[in-house]
Amino acid sequence: MSAKGFPAAAREALADAQLRRNLGKATSTIRAKRAAMVEEVPDWEALRDAGAAIKARAMATLPEQLERLEASVTRAGGQVHWARDAAECNAIVGGIAREHAAREVIKVKSLTTDEIGLNDALAGQGVEAIETDLAELINQLSHDTSSHILVPAIHRNRVEIKRLFEQTIARGQDLGWEATAIAEAARGHLREKFLSVPVAISGANFGVAETGTICVVESEGNGRMCITLPRVLITVMGIEKVLAEWRDLEVFLQLLPRSSTGERMNPYTSLWTGVRAGDGPQEFHLVLLDNGRTDVLGDEVGREALHCIRCSACLNSCPVYSRTGGHAYESVYPGPIGAILTPQLRGLQNAPTLPWASSLCGACYEVCPVKIDIPSILIHLRGRIVREHKSRLSPEALAMEAVGRVFASQRRYERAQKLARLGRGPIANAALPGWSAMRDLPEVPAQTFREWWHSRTPGPIRGDGPAP
Amino acid sequence: MSGAREAVLARVRAALGPAVEVPEVPRAYRVAGALGAGGDSVAVDRFCERVADYRATVSRVRGDELPGALMAACAQREARRIAVPAQAPPWTVDGIELVRDDPPLSPRQLDALDGVLSGCALAIAETGTIVLDGVSASGRRALTLVPDYHLCVVRSVDIVPSVPDAMAALARVAAEGRPITFISGPSATSDIELDRVEGVHGPRTLDVFVVDS
Repeated sequence: MSAKGFPAAAREALADAQLRRNLGKATSTIRAKRAAMVEEVPDWEALRDAGAAIKARAMATLPEQLERLEASVTRAGGQVHWARDAAECNAIVGGIAREHAAREVIKVKSLTTDEIGLNDALAGQGVEAIETDLAELINQLSHDTSSHILVPAIHRNRVEIKRLFEQTIARGQDLGWEATAIAEAARGHLREKFLSVPVAISGANFGVAETGTICVVESEGNGRMCITLPRVLITVMGIEKVLAEWRDLEVFLQLLPRSSTGERMNPYTSLWTGVRAGDGPQEFHLVLLDNGRTDVLGDEVGREALHCIRCSACLNSCPVYSRTGGHAYESVYPGPIGAILTPQLRGLQNAPTLPWASSLCGACYEVCPVKIDIPSILIHLRGRIVREHKSRLSPEALAMEAVGRVFASQRRYERAQKLARLGRGPIANAALPGWSAMRDLPEVPAQTFREWWHSRTPGPIRGDGPAP
Repeated sequence: MSGAREAVLARVRAALGPAVEVPEVPRAYRVAGALGAGGDSVAVDRFCERVADYRATVSRVRGDELPGALMAACAQREARRIAVPAQAPPWTVDGIELVRDDPPLSPRQLDALDGVLSGCALAIAETGTIVLDGVSASGRRALTLVPDYHLCVVRSVDIVPSVPDAMAALARVAAEGRPITFISGPSATSDIELDRVEGVHGPRTLDVFVVDS
């Protein structure tokens, strides 16, 4: 992906009036639904505290939890693989698919497999990946990319989706204007695939070290189809998705649905443990993926980004995201969480503008079900980028260094004030073209406070003593 | 392959450093048992109200009224051939062919049926959720997935108040390696303008029968 950087990409997105209408409608709908569902839970804050601590504990004990998960899954008849990066993961998944002579695989919506470019990698190995989530299908049919964690085609309205389907999977049909007809077209299109394709690929919302249970949360039933009907199931899971105890799920199965779709519970949650004779796939592979996650873990402040449960509440509540949409972030992880996760996963130098894609209003932190302090991490990453990656010879760095020297000495400070009176105006505007394009430089007063103090006539300060 | 395992674990250890603090987990939320044992009229009323919110239909019946209620529902949905789990209770529905999942029905056979009748392991009042655990009246997973119409019988004694109550009851099921499925309403999507629309790949119609015991 050739990255433009957030400011340029956002400018393009903001010029698209249809996109802004679609986003405005969708994000305001979901914000209201979420607020109502959170409101009715009396112990919401206690659940958030528990969720944050469960994730922090899992990260602090990560080596132990991963080894426990591996042992539990293996004991239950699954096979566990490890992948350092995207290429290694894609090779493992492709290898399993080809072992079973699969020309097609069906997929449950998975951000992690989008992150590693699995579909393209499989295509390169002669395996076609079929997306079964409605929004992923919409994006696949229109050769588009995801713009939202939960609703990858949020940038499309129903008219656009109807037209797309009438040109592709429902060619020659008139689907009308009801969303149910659009959903039915997807059902008809994919049913035969569910009944016949032998290999499925999923991500994971959670993996429980104690029991070896994998959890996938969804709405449509495409997830259940993929997890249940094929002979072989491959799950790609980022190492940060591990939970220590079965009991930990009782917290996240309350926090996640209310935060993401604004429902008391999503329609379907599947929990499976290895292989079950006579029920579901008889071969199960779990691939544990690093791909930059250990780099994130190495930053004591930034590592909190790994606590994310991908609910997308921060996207929906963000004044920046709800106007620019997800494509401006140039990553499968957009919005506030993307602004702290993408630069850390890819390396700060590869996404240096993202930590500035925020007004630091704090709405993301307010709604985060696991209390990730996104604003503080944004500021931390801004600091790191300036310290580690911005040239020391940039105009900004040089100016700040000069200002630092001036403020350090009284003599230099007073001399600078005099020079400022002479030097502002055309000279300053020429020296600071970027700065002064959208701002007026303040007028420098004719006399500074210090000059006035030195020139005043010494005498009793009125009002200071008792009244005569 | 084992190279990758050791490399990832080594990276994790290096990233955490030697002295990482392990926090305690505060569980000040409503834990299992905090809202009572369930199965009472409060839990049952709430469950029924919350199931209905998902645009599933819910009927409360006495045990002797169940066959009639099932028959009426099948008639309304024009369902004639209905799958039942291999170890289902001896349900009978007049005029309906109940097709037992023994020997196991293939996905295509399931797809050709009009619906499925199952029980459940337990149900959650607060969220209107039915929980299947892969054995006895729940059946294996494909059974309650492929047919387009799901009739689910819930015994009122099996309704627990909250999600933590359900997870506590299911700990043994997970430890035994049985698959668990939570069902909250019919199949739906929020992918079109973030509006919940019923009916994608799972059963598009869900009728729930709460049997007072």
